[in-house]
Amino acid sequence: MNSIIQAENIVKTYNHHRVQALKGVSFEVEEGEIYGLIGPDGAGKTSLFRILATLLLADSGTATVDGLDVVRDYRKIRNRTGYMPGRFSLYQDLTIEENLKFFATVFGTTIEQNYGLIKDIYQQIEPFKNRRAGKLSGGMKQKLALSCALIHAPRVLFLDEPTTGVDPVSRKEFWEMLQRLKENHGLTIVASTPYMDEAMQCDRIALIQNGQFLTIDTPQGIIAHYDKPLWGVHSDKMHQLLDDLRSWQGCDTAFSFGEQYHLTVKPGVSQAALESYLHGKGHSQVAIAPIEASIEDCFMALMDQPETTMKQ
Amino acid sequence: MKENYVIEAEGLTKKFGDFTATNHITFKVHEGEIFGFLGANGAGKTTAMRMLCGLSRPSEGRATVAGYDVYRQAEEVKKHIGYMSQKFSLYDDLTVAENLRLFGGIYGMKRKLINEKTDRLLAELGFTSKKNAMVKSLPLGWKQKLAFSLAIFHDPKIVFLDEPTGGVDPVTRRQFWELIYQASDRGITVFVTTHYMDEAEYCDRVSIMVDGCIKALDSPRNLKKQFGVDSMYDVFLTLARTAQRSSD
Repeated sequence: MNSIIQAENIVKTYNHHRVQALKGVSFEVEEGEIYGLIGPDGAGKTSLFRILATLLLADSGTATVDGLDVVRDYRKIRNRTGYMPGRFSLYQDLTIEENLKFFATVFGTTIEQNYGLIKDIYQQIEPFKNRRAGKLSGGMKQKLALSCALIHAPRVLFLDEPTTGVDPVSRKEFWEMLQRLKENHGLTIVASTPYMDEAMQCDRIALIQNGQFLTIDTPQGIIAHYDKPLWGVHSDKMHQLLDDLRSWQGCDTAFSFGEQYHLTVKPGVSQAALESYLHGKGHSQVAIAPIEASIEDCFMALMDQPETTMKQ
Repeated sequence: MKENYVIEAEGLTKKFGDFTATNHITFKVHEGEIFGFLGANGAGKTTAMRMLCGLSRPSEGRATVAGYDVYRQAEEVKKHIGYMSQKFSLYDDLTVAENLRLFGGIYGMKRKLINEKTDRLLAELGFTSKKNAMVKSLPLGWKQKLAFSLAIFHDPKIVFLDEPTGGVDPVTRRQFWELIYQASDRGITVFVTTHYMDEAEYCDRVSIMVDGCIKALDSPRNLKKQFGVDSMYDVFLTLARTAQRSSD
């Protein structure tokens, strides 16, 4: 396997070292894979993208993209990478077509030359090509930004939270577009997201929090490594159930997951013990069953602590 | 006993030129209810929410919020609701206490009451040590919780939450919902939009908008039964696929 991106011990601080955005991050991305950076806002995802996209200098550490050093060879890297920042950064006063033409020209190419790469995406907004970018809806802006990031036929695509604030259906469609870019054009894609469910769309993911990688693996591998007993619990009194679960001596953590609670338990406790405890608390229709962890369970188990601790 | 409704909308419509953003929506929200307001991007949620908050005048139809008519009494509506969005809620360059004082003042609360409530609130949240910290120095999760507390600081009858949990870590997201439950238990009605489908399950009732219309409205359990699927994600997917209007 060829690594197209290699990062070694990247450190980035802001505000005279008072804010540590990245605390020594190392990883490799294989050519032709979709690599996900999954983590909440403030985890360091954007800093990492900007360093790899040669827009920001790390305090220390080294990184190469397509064999080129992000500091020394920054000009060459910019020709081989496409970057879609989290904030919409195209020209609001230019039309769809003008924006695309502008980026093509900057990179010394034309829309026609690389049309094959963007066709699938650009065709969806082409009927509105004379509309100004500032007047577009969120979904259209996203497609235009992706088209502009692709117009110089890069080998690597950096997408910083492309789906934030986007509804579940459009998110799914966006990931399908990325899959096609990977399969049809062999593009390497690094994308970040705060939505844990999107992890499953990636070949490999890094879970990131507070400037550190918690783990790197395939989504399936991360789930397979989850080693705590995990139960799904439901009863007729759901509000009360959460408090009761947390007061139970066998409870490690209890969190809501859709229509049930996910409970991690201390070693040696039985479902029967929990069931009789809950009946004693006045619950009926109690359902307890061992369940398989989701990526979100894994993330919660791996994170050192939430961003804030609540008063219990 | 007469049911108490905090929102009553009837045929509420907003047109921009020949485009009907919100198309004759009719629904009621009970007092103390957690009401999930779902829809794809571009389905008309924001427009509907702006009308309910007294920020945009309906083209047709009527609605009352907290007992006031959104068309004729927009200013009264604004006084009796709380609002929080993910994008903007707090002033970064003010301290925690200053933010509370500013918002309390805007809602016409007396200085003494503001001070009392500030201390009580910060103690409840475990934020007392951060009273004089600049908001920009707080982690996102803290900001979200503070923003929510600020939105209900003046004891509104109803609070509108526009994607309140976007981008926060999974534990903080759940703790945020526990705050929503507490507010709901205190009788505050919660009207919330979200793109997290597990959060749709936490609502008492959920409406789903497609192409400007409310296409489904019921408890998550009944909606799943109605559509014969296991999750709210699948309910959403089924309905969103019927959209004619491009999400663009």
